[in-house]
Amino acid sequence: MTPSALLAATASALALALAFAAPASAAGTARIGLQQEPTVLDPTADATASIDGMLAQNVFESLTTVNEAGEVLPNLAERWEIADDGLTYTFHLVEGASFHDGTAFDAQDVKFSFDRAMAEDSVNPSKSIWAPIASVEVLDPATVRLTLTRKDAFLLFNLAQGDASILAPESADRAKTEPVGTGPFRFVSWTRGDRLVLAKNADWRDAEAVSLDRVEFRFIADPASGAAALMADELDAFPGFGAPEMLPQFEADPRFAVTVGSTEGEVILAMNNARAPFDDPRVRQAVNHAIDRDAIIDGAMYGRAAPIGSFYPPHGPAYLDLTGTWPHDVEKARALFEAAGVAGREMTLRVPPFAYATRSAEIIQAQLAAAGVDAKVETVEWGFWIGEVYKNRNYDMTIIAHTSPNDMGNFARGKDYFYGYQDDAYDALWAAIETEADAQARAELQREAQRFLAEAAVHAFLFQLPKLSVVKAGLEGFWASSPVIFQPLAGVRWAD
Amino acid sequence: MSRPPANLLLGGALVALAALAALVSLVWTPFPHAALDVANKFAPPSAEHWLGTDQLGRDLVSQLMVGAANSLAVALAAVALGGGLGTALGLAASAMGGWVEDLAMRICDLGFAFPALLFAIMLAAAFGPSLANAALAIAFINVPVFARVARGAANQVWVREFVLAGRAAGRSRLALTLDHIVPNVAAAVIVQATIEFAVAILAEAALSYLGLGAQPPSPSWGRMLAEAQTLLWIEPMLAIWPGLAIVVTVLGFGLMGDGLRDLADPRLVRER
Repeated sequence: MTPSALLAATASALALALAFAAPASAAGTARIGLQQEPTVLDPTADATASIDGMLAQNVFESLTTVNEAGEVLPNLAERWEIADDGLTYTFHLVEGASFHDGTAFDAQDVKFSFDRAMAEDSVNPSKSIWAPIASVEVLDPATVRLTLTRKDAFLLFNLAQGDASILAPESADRAKTEPVGTGPFRFVSWTRGDRLVLAKNADWRDAEAVSLDRVEFRFIADPASGAAALMADELDAFPGFGAPEMLPQFEADPRFAVTVGSTEGEVILAMNNARAPFDDPRVRQAVNHAIDRDAIIDGAMYGRAAPIGSFYPPHGPAYLDLTGTWPHDVEKARALFEAAGVAGREMTLRVPPFAYATRSAEIIQAQLAAAGVDAKVETVEWGFWIGEVYKNRNYDMTIIAHTSPNDMGNFARGKDYFYGYQDDAYDALWAAIETEADAQARAELQREAQRFLAEAAVHAFLFQLPKLSVVKAGLEGFWASSPVIFQPLAGVRWAD
Repeated sequence: MSRPPANLLLGGALVALAALAALVSLVWTPFPHAALDVANKFAPPSAEHWLGTDQLGRDLVSQLMVGAANSLAVALAAVALGGGLGTALGLAASAMGGWVEDLAMRICDLGFAFPALLFAIMLAAAFGPSLANAALAIAFINVPVFARVARGAANQVWVREFVLAGRAAGRSRLALTLDHIVPNVAAAVIVQATIEFAVAILAEAALSYLGLGAQPPSPSWGRMLAEAQTLLWIEPMLAIWPGLAIVVTVLGFGLMGDGLRDLADPRLVRER
């Protein structure tokens, strides 16, 4: 073979190889990496964030929706009227919407969904959404009226969330494994431990605007595996990427676009206030003194997160910097631990398998050790976490990001919530926030609540979870920041 | 007696290096291995930190030393436990013969057929991941290996004249096993143990890499590798050092095993 023939043969072999390699990302398909796999798929029955992340406003829809700026927009309700006293909401529903199984959508479905969420035996994860609603009335098939017992400044925003998804009575029982909604995508399949597949709903009322034909969510908890999947062209996007240290690598790679945005996720070192020794405020204060936020953010997040001193996001309008409430002071922490009689005692730090949590845990373990307390780190599966820690409240300490917006009400959920925290003064404060219609006055109350939680040292507040996204160049429409847990995919498209 | 084989010397030296690091770590490390100094992360090698620091500012030499202690302790426990049980099983099978021997060997086949990592994952799920459970899982995979080796070697001894003479003289199988079989299978078992040491160190690294072995803050070469994976672009040396430690130790035990076999098998020595 002459050199030129050899060259030609090599070139054609190379071209062949490229031809086989290229169509890995078929136009119209988006393969999205997710750290967290839920145990069920009904957003109205489980608090797992990734259920909303995948299905809310994609498979399911709500009366309202929220855009990237956090503004409420019409959705299944095309318009609404609010009575002057703020206690009656009349929603006018879109015409001609239908569920993926063919049943028509009308006002009865709204009443069914809301009544189901408000029922005595409801398992809805956000009871606070429903607390102010007294009744749901069907005026006619296209009109629903909500009557409230008190004003609720967040009602329209809350109704956009996955917890307020509209399900049909015909299919709601199966929603845990076979979700049926009215949204732009319909559920195709869920292979546990691997992926969840959605396909475009051609009958959606605005189907022409939807570009993607197929969406595949792949569950990859380990950030190193996620990065490898991106590099190997097995993923098109990882919108909640867990390894900040790898961002420079992706930033330097022209195949990817990297964005660092904000989320509503306050990452906290939660302490079980109902269980000794954390029922003693001195112990919680000691933990707060023992931790060094800067070291945690630097070590676990490579500096890509903002510290928080209370339970409110730094990008919010009412934010108050309270990170100085319990300054890092090992000696003070040690003295408080000794005073409370827990010095040298062993306690567990039971964390979910997400990088932000496991990495922070390792650093916090060392910081607590320096203050004389031996914290044993247990990394547990998500299903175990949601069952044992969240539902059964069987834990000493844990680390979790609370990704719901407007979630200061968590501290008013009483002893049955996994914080094990209850304080009448805070309950009253939260009730005032919820009913205050004036934005200025509400912000002032929210600042007061932030101070309250910081000073009570209910938990150790660590940092605001950033939204680190690695997306293949050419795939557009992902939100850089997340004002809510869901991520609408109707607007995601491949650039031509 | 002639000079010991070169592979035994080299292997012994590498193993001695790892063992020395492990022993010294019990009384002294340059820094406390779990001491964080986040402000000083990714420090380059210096007079203070001989190999630099990791992503949380921990001293790499100290971590490698304690990692050596953990790896060798797990390997020692796993080989002693698995080897002891397996050898006893193999000797008993050989001494009893008949259906007992068949049954024991079929059970060993079952052990071989069972994926070791799967067993370790089950163990971790049931009892929580820890170094002790990792050692148990590795010991479990060692049992059939040693049973096979011990039984094979023992079967060869049972037909030798001096053992037949002992049986003719009416000595019990137990007494014969202790007096004559054990000394004659010891060489084969020791060679196997050395090789299994290498396997155990690799297995411990794999389990820790998967998060089923050493738990933070206890360092392990396997976990150091896992943690260095996302840092390859920033600081590749964090993966190279624990990787090198594993290679050197595994190679050391492998060479030592080969060398011991050469010593134990006179035929091979004559051929040299």
